[in-house]
Order: sequence, then C-alpha cells, then structure tokens
Amino acid sequence: MNVWRLVVREISHRRLNFTLGLVSVAVAVGCLVGALTLLRADEIRTAEILDRQRTENEQQIAKRQTDVEQAGAELQDAMRKITKGLGFNILILPEQQDLHELHVEGTLSSTMPEEYVDRLANSRIVTVNHLLPMVMQKIRWEERERSIILVGTRGEVPLAHRDPKKPLLDQVPAGSIVLGYQIHQQLGLAKDDTVELLGREFRVVDTYDERGTSDDGTVWINLAEAQELLGKQNLVNAILALECNCAAQDRVGEIRTEIAGILPGTQVVERGPPALARAEARNRAKQTAVGALEQEQAAAAETLERLESEQAAIRGQHEGFASILVPIVIVGCAVWIGFLTFGNVRQRNSEIAILRAIGVRSPQILLIFLGKALILGLAGGAVGYAAGFAIGAGWGLSAESSRLQELFTPQLLWLALVAAPLLAAVASWIPAMLAAGQDPALVLQEE
Amino acid sequence: MLQVSQIAKSYQGENGEVRAVDQFSMSVDAGRFAAVRGPSGCGKTTLLLMCGGLLAPDEGNITVAGQDPYGLPPDSRARFRATNVGFVFQQFHLVPYLSVLDNVLAPALASNVADARARAMELIGRFGLEDRRHHVPGHLSTGERQRAALARALLNRPKLLLADEPTGNLDHENAEAVLGYLKDFAGEGGAVLLVTHDDRAVQYADEVVQIRNGRPVAD
Repeated sequence: MNVWRLVVREISHRRLNFTLGLVSVAVAVGCLVGALTLLRADEIRTAEILDRQRTENEQQIAKRQTDVEQAGAELQDAMRKITKGLGFNILILPEQQDLHELHVEGTLSSTMPEEYVDRLANSRIVTVNHLLPMVMQKIRWEERERSIILVGTRGEVPLAHRDPKKPLLDQVPAGSIVLGYQIHQQLGLAKDDTVELLGREFRVVDTYDERGTSDDGTVWINLAEAQELLGKQNLVNAILALECNCAAQDRVGEIRTEIAGILPGTQVVERGPPALARAEARNRAKQTAVGALEQEQAAAAETLERLESEQAAIRGQHEGFASILVPIVIVGCAVWIGFLTFGNVRQRNSEIAILRAIGVRSPQILLIFLGKALILGLAGGAVGYAAGFAIGAGWGLSAESSRLQELFTPQLLWLALVAAPLLAAVASWIPAMLAAGQDPALVLQEE
Repeated sequence: MLQVSQIAKSYQGENGEVRAVDQFSMSVDAGRFAAVRGPSGCGKTTLLLMCGGLLAPDEGNITVAGQDPYGLPPDSRARFRATNVGFVFQQFHLVPYLSVLDNVLAPALASNVADARARAMELIGRFGLEDRRHHVPGHLSTGERQRAALARALLNRPKLLLADEPTGNLDHENAEAVLGYLKDFAGEGGAVLLVTHDDRAVQYADEVVQIRNGRPVAD
C-alpha cells in the first residue's frame, strides 16, 4: 500500500470530482494553448499571404516591365514618326544680329526689348509652342579662368490663348546655376556646390549630361540676374521657341511670316537639327514608361504594406483578446479547482481522521491531495493541449494549409504538461494544507 | 501497558465549560481486557482518544507501553500510534473506495510492516473475509465491515487495542463475535480498552470501570 495507490483508487471512485477538475485544467490549458496557437497561426498565415502577394507582385511587375518595355518601344517609335517633320526649335533674333557670330562664336551681341516675348505670348500665334526669352553672351569666367557661354533664362512664357503647358526648360531660380557637361566635369563641380561667377555666388542646382553641342560649354542662370550681370536690363538676345509645329513644306518660312507680323524687326532661324527634338520626345516617352513601371512597383509595395498592416492589426486584436481572456480563465479555473479540492477535503474528513489515527503523518495527507492535483493537472494539461491546439489550428489556419505542422511546438506541449500540474497543485494547496492540519480527534468525537 | 493517572479534559460548551473527563485513573496491563461502561455523552470517547494519543489531556498523565505519547512531537506521535495502538470505531471508518484488503493494508502507509500483505491475508482469513477481500466497504454487511476494521487495527501488531462502541451497530451474533476477537487479542498478550454501553462487555472483560460525567463511579 502506498499513497499513489490510494490516490488512484480515490480518483477512480470519485470520478465526477476528478472529471470536473480535469475539465477545469483542460479549459485553462486549452485557452492558453489555443491563444498561443492562434497567434502562431496568425504569423504563419501572414507569412503565407505576404509570400503569395510578393510572388504575385513580382510576376505582375515582371509582366508589366515587359509590357512597359514593349509599350515604350512602341511609343518611342510612334513619337519618332509623329515628331518627324513636326517638332523643331527656332530662335527669334534681332534683325541686326549677325548670324555669323552665332554660328562661329556661339554667342549673340544684338538685343531686343524683353517686352517682345510678352507681345508674342499675347498674340494668337499658332506655329510656335514654348517661348523662352534669353540673354546669351560669351564671357570670361575670371574666377575659374575659362571662357563660357552664359545664358540667362526665365523659363517658359505661357501663351495667353492656350492652356499652360509644362515648360520644356524649367526656370533657373535666382541664386542658382546650371552647368553644362564640360564645365562641371572639368571644374569638378556637383549639385549643391557653391560657385562664384562675375563676383556673385551661385548654388549649383543641376548638372547636364553630355549633349555634344555648345550646351556642354554653357552655364545657365536666372534671366534677371544675367541681365544685371551683363548690363542688359529689360533686354534679351533671343527668344527660343521649342517644338514648333508646322505642317507646310517650308516650315520656317511660314513661321517667319507669322512672327514678322507680330514682331517686326526680328529674324527667325532654325535652332538645332530636328533629330534633337525627336530625341527629346523619345526620352520623354522612355521616362513615361519608366514612370509607369515605378508607379506599379510603388503600388505593389503599398499593397504589401497594407496587408502587413492589416495582419498586424488582426494579430494585435488576437493578442489583446488573449491577454485579457487567458489570465481570467486561468485564475477562474484555479479558483474552481480550489473549490473542488476543498469539497473533496470536506467529503473525506472521516477518511483523513482515521488515516491520521492509524499513524499517517500530515505530510503524507498533504501528498495525498497534491498527488491527486498533479495527476489531475497532467491529464488536464494533455487534454487541454490537444483541445487548444485543435481549436487554435482550426481557427487560425485552413485545414488544407501546408504549414499545419509548423504550428506544433514541443516547447508548448512541455509547458502545458509542466504548468498544468503546477496550476492544479497551487490551486489545491490551501485545501490540502487544511486537510493536513485537520485534528482527527474532532472528527472522531463528532461521529 | 496503559497507565492513566488523574487525567481531565474540558470543552467550552454553549453553557460554559464542560468537564468531559474528570480526575480519571486506570491501568490496563498486557493480556488484560478492560471495559469502560457508561451512558452516551459520559466522556467515554474522549477518554479513548486521549489514551490513543489523539487528544492531549488538560491534566494528568498517560503512558502507553511506558511512553508518554504527548511528550513526542506530532510526527513522532503519529509513528508511535502506528506501531503501538490499534483503533476500532462504532462507525468502522473504513476508506470507502478501498477494497477490504487495501483497507486492512492502510496502516502500512504509516509504518513499514514486515510481510504486510501476508499479515493482511492472515487477518482477513482469521476474520472470515477471504471471499470479500476485493469488495469495497459499501458491498459488505455491517458485521463484515467491523471485522474488516478489526483486521486493519491488528495489522501492525499493536500492543494496545482501543475500541469505541465496536458492537454499537452490530446484531447480537456479530457483536458476540467482535467481543470474542477482542478477548482473543488480550489472550494473545495485547491490552484492550473497550468503551461501550453494551452490557455484554461485562462477560468478556477482565475489568469493568463504570463512568458517569467523566468520573469513575462504583458499580
């Protein structure tokens, strides 16, 4: 005869008491395991969803890239065809300007009133699109000991009778400077550097790629500042008109006729080969395609971010719910186990008294009740783990999920099998102590 | 074997202090069967529990087998009971979920009993319970239950057997049998203290003490 035999006999005799205790432990452990399994399932499901979405995005972007490349090529081709014979640039110069100076020196010396550009913009001219007044002069950049072409520009002047268009050349802000390729390469200048030009400081806001034209030896500053530095207040050397449209055979001739009617005393020359305008157009088509692809990538990243955020919110909800429910259930079950053990002690008063009378010691009585609690906890822990895992897995993952196995963690099983007996023992501790401290004489006298 | 000298025990009752046992003395030697008789509530059970080391007297001394059990710490006193004293009660106090065999073996929880199982089987045979040894108390007659309780009390080969109204719930035949077993125990060298109001005890006891209001009185 030993204590464990006594415990097992008592359990098999009072099955209802044991079953109620077992259910309590199982509920407590089931809640804990279920909650933890559900949270783990959340992680797995999130990873699954994000993996799937990433794959979809990659496939979509890859497909989109192909589409974009194809569309870009088609667009470039279309632009090439459309702009062939249509888009070209012209320069409107004072009548007295020697074109030889322009072609040989790359600079202009004659001026005309800046007001001309406004007059042209306010006319109903149809053959030109973008008007950019400019001063241009070859100067010695003493600070850097070299000759450059200085261009002052104020950006596009909107044509009054048309919708405003995005300027082809952005205005250079006051205090800023844009450098042609040869200039910034040879002087080792980069964006955000500060340079001094004709005694005034400028911040480099842009550096151009190589164009293979006189632009490579040019610097651009704000028109007003250039006029001041060059002593050409309210004067301009030229008006650059970009992407001029004219379907006639003699394109420049038609434009000359129209402009002569508006700005007498000026001359018009074609500026740069038409191929340059077409190349610009192709570049824009390419930029549009790249922009579309970037938008697609940004949208995909945004979708992923949204999904992650949604899953994090779900997980947060589950964590919050579990953090409230699990402790309440565990404490509730512990209290219930305590009451069950207390009832069991009262029911066994006479038995405890006779065991004490025949010499069974207090620690042995304590062991009888705690031993029962340990068995109860072990059985309840196993049942609770199985139930909690099944519920958590069933709720958290679909049955066909290939990652069901990942949910099983041996640590959690061990935790359940260790923590549940401890919970039951702690919950039974006070009633067991009462039983161990019971005075057998009192019970035997009453009976 | 049992020396009781001027012991007293009081309880706090609803109407003040109740003197359950008052200046009681007696002795029971080995091989003797003593009976204490008296009406219900006269302090018989209190006397028995004090003699068994379960209830310390307020006054006086008790020695069992030459030792004062109340001079021992609680765990040692429990061991002392396990090896020296056997109890039999009117209500049997069998453990309801244990078989007769396991009930008889229950004292082995408290102390190591040499060849406990063989001793249990011997006692079960002696009290005519062989066919009932795997039955739980709920399936036994009252006589069988008391015999099982008696067998349990004798497992550890106690020196002193304390019996509290062991015939109270038994019919005549079973009561006679139980008293006969007690007599036999004394005949084998043990000391028996029986507290009862059963007149039949007089025929079996070597010595009878009459008690009233916790005090021995002349018969």
